Amino acid sequence: MAPLVEMRNISIAFGGVQAVDDVSIDLYPGEVVGLLGHNGAGKSTLIKILSGAYRADSGEIWIDGKKATINSPRDARAHNIETIHQTLALADNLPAPANLFLGRELRTMFGFLDDSRMEAETTKIMARLNPNFKKIAEPVSALSGGQRQSVAIARAVYFNARILIMDEPTAALGVHETKMVADLIMELKAQGLGIFLISHDTREMMELCDRVSVMKNGQLIGTERVEDVTEDEILSMIILGKKAPEAV
Amino acid sequence: MSTPKSASSAALSGAKPRKPRLMDALEIDTRLLGMIGAFILVALVFNVLTDGRFLTPRNIFNLTIQTVSVAIMATGMVFVIVTRHIDLSVGALLATCSAVMAMMQTAWLPQYLGLPLGHPMIPWLAIGAGIITGALIGAFQGWLTGYLLIPAFIVTLGGLLVWRNTAWYLTNGQTIGPLDQTFQMFGGINGTMGEFWSWVIGIAATLAALTALWAKRRDKLRHDFPVKPLWAEATLGAIIAGAILGFIAILNSYEVPAARLRRDFEARGEVMPEGYTAAYGLPISVLLLIVVAIVMTVIARKTRLGRYIFAAGGNPQAAELSGINTRLLTVKVFAIMGALCAISAVVASARLTNHSNDIGTLDELRVIAAAVIGGTALAGGLGTIYGAILGALIMQSLQSGMAMVGVDAPLQNIVVGSVLVLAVLIDIIYRRRTGKG
Ligand SMILES: Nc1ncnc2c1ncn2[C@@H]1O[C@H](COP(=O)(O)OP(=O)(O)O)[C@@H](O)[C@H]1O
Ligand SMILES: [Mg+2]
Repeated sequence: MAPLVEMRNISIAFGGVQAVDDVSIDLYPGEVVGLLGHNGAGKSTLIKILSGAYRADSGEIWIDGKKATINSPRDARAHNIETIHQTLALADNLPAPANLFLGRELRTMFGFLDDSRMEAETTKIMARLNPNFKKIAEPVSALSGGQRQSVAIARAVYFNARILIMDEPTAALGVHETKMVADLIMELKAQGLGIFLISHDTREMMELCDRVSVMKNGQLIGTERVEDVTEDEILSMIILGKKAPEAV
Repeated sequence: MSTPKSASSAALSGAKPRKPRLMDALEIDTRLLGMIGAFILVALVFNVLTDGRFLTPRNIFNLTIQTVSVAIMATGMVFVIVTRHIDLSVGALLATCSAVMAMMQTAWLPQYLGLPLGHPMIPWLAIGAGIITGALIGAFQGWLTGYLLIPAFIVTLGGLLVWRNTAWYLTNGQTIGPLDQTFQMFGGINGTMGEFWSWVIGIAATLAALTALWAKRRDKLRHDFPVKPLWAEATLGAIIAGAILGFIAILNSYEVPAARLRRDFEARGEVMPEGYTAAYGLPISVLLLIVVAIVMTVIARKTRLGRYIFAAGGNPQAAELSGINTRLLTVKVFAIMGALCAISAVVASARLTNHSNDIGTLDELRVIAAAVIGGTALAGGLGTIYGAILGALIMQSLQSGMAMVGVDAPLQNIVVGSVLVLAVLIDIIYRRRTGKG
């Protein structure tokens, strides 16, 4: 079976900084692949190339065994790639429904925005993701960090993604909400989505992921199946930037 | 409230733990109330200072027609500022559009198309050419800003000089006039709807507003969203109806001077009947402003374009990551601004009955001030069309009121400048208090 996504030999530099250096990773349907590494390792940059925010200097992206051209977020969405960005990418001045449907607004038969339907849909999905979510009509700037994160998550899962990118989705969440996101990830995985997950919580990653890839200074140190390695081995890969001897 | 409110009509009803009070029940925007309050205060103070001359039908009529040109452009400036740009060229662009339209009417159409002066197509072809000119120049400035990434401040500062003097070359620096008779109808006093049609429009507008209120309520009920109590809805409807019809009643009580009526009758070869009177009613220019305001509000709240304008203003990166072409958006926003400059040029030149070199001079400052006083945040993402129009009205009231009281021109400018700064300060404090924006 062809992988859902294959990123081959991806490189990108910003000025003098080689943010991603010849990295290859892949992802299969129903699989969760974790990306680990220190801040500045290049994780966000790598997945932003897949989500169309950046264009790689070199390298190829293959989807369903076919070469894909992703030059913009629009292209990525056309491939059913949805992203929860680390920065959340919310327009703070707009309420949750406007953010959830941004770029894909529901419209009435006359072509005008169908705000009540978008609000109703948002209410529905938020009830599933975060039952405490009440401030549906307020600008998201009025929401707590956790609620804002729920809006970003809702936006990614609402549109029937096949490939989901989650860049530190639980960073602003409490224990309870983090648990809910973990459950959501397992549910989506069971539905056959492929998920790239970025997080600093190595233990959580060992539980949620099928494989983890470790990056350092823009380079891929290695990719391991979680059952083949211990948490300590992963930690030493992150810190030392080389594979633990027994895992080689 | 200060958000674009585009997404949700229920925006104000959000979580409010305390007991619903009158204002909450009505869901009236407190910022709108504040601005209306400020306007009423200004009007009352000047009315006292002028021994009641400020709030006469005649002065209110004049005030509205003086406001139109700046107010039309201010609605476009809202979009420009919301997307974190600025347009310093609007006064100059108005001059270029006005020059194009004046030359079309008096020289180009008669010479090149052979249309005789006074031909019924002339005003419409001229207006069409003016709007196309404005939109193209605006789009060009938007392209320089959006695609070549030159800051809008610089592009339009250059534009201020370029278009003001392009206008000069188009007309060889001459005053062009008199303009076409039909064209002049857009200027204000030369084109009014008269008593009967003003009432017809007023009643139609009232019915439309009430229907819209009702439709919104039904739509909310259909989605099981909370609605205001029926009495609150009825009160709101009554206030709106009262405001519209009251405005028409005031305009309809400004009567055309007998001498002018007699001249009109004589021009038609008739004799004016004894005791005949007629009122000016709603000026066509004001009707034009109302149409522009409705169209711009619909764009802001009900279309993708408007949604993207506010999203890009709130967080440009987020807008781009959502697949919005923010560069093209900038072109569109400036093109709309340019087209509105042309519409304002119609009103301004028609009011003067000719095109002159200095038409629209300093309008960029008035337009930006109107938008900002009306609550448009220079940081982007926030602003309303009605706010900008009210802002223009407040500025014009101050200016006219001071002129009526006999304040010197220099002091007038000092006051207007100070009010602008003060208004923004109040706005900042209001936003901090309410946590909105
Ligand atoms: N838009 C950008 N412009 C310049 N440098 C960037 C940009 N985005 C990322 N970088 C640089 O690329 C490197 C990788 O960053 P990032 O991908 O955000 O790391 P991570 O997500 O692993 O913490 C860092 O050195 C960062 O400063
Ligand atoms: Mg990152």
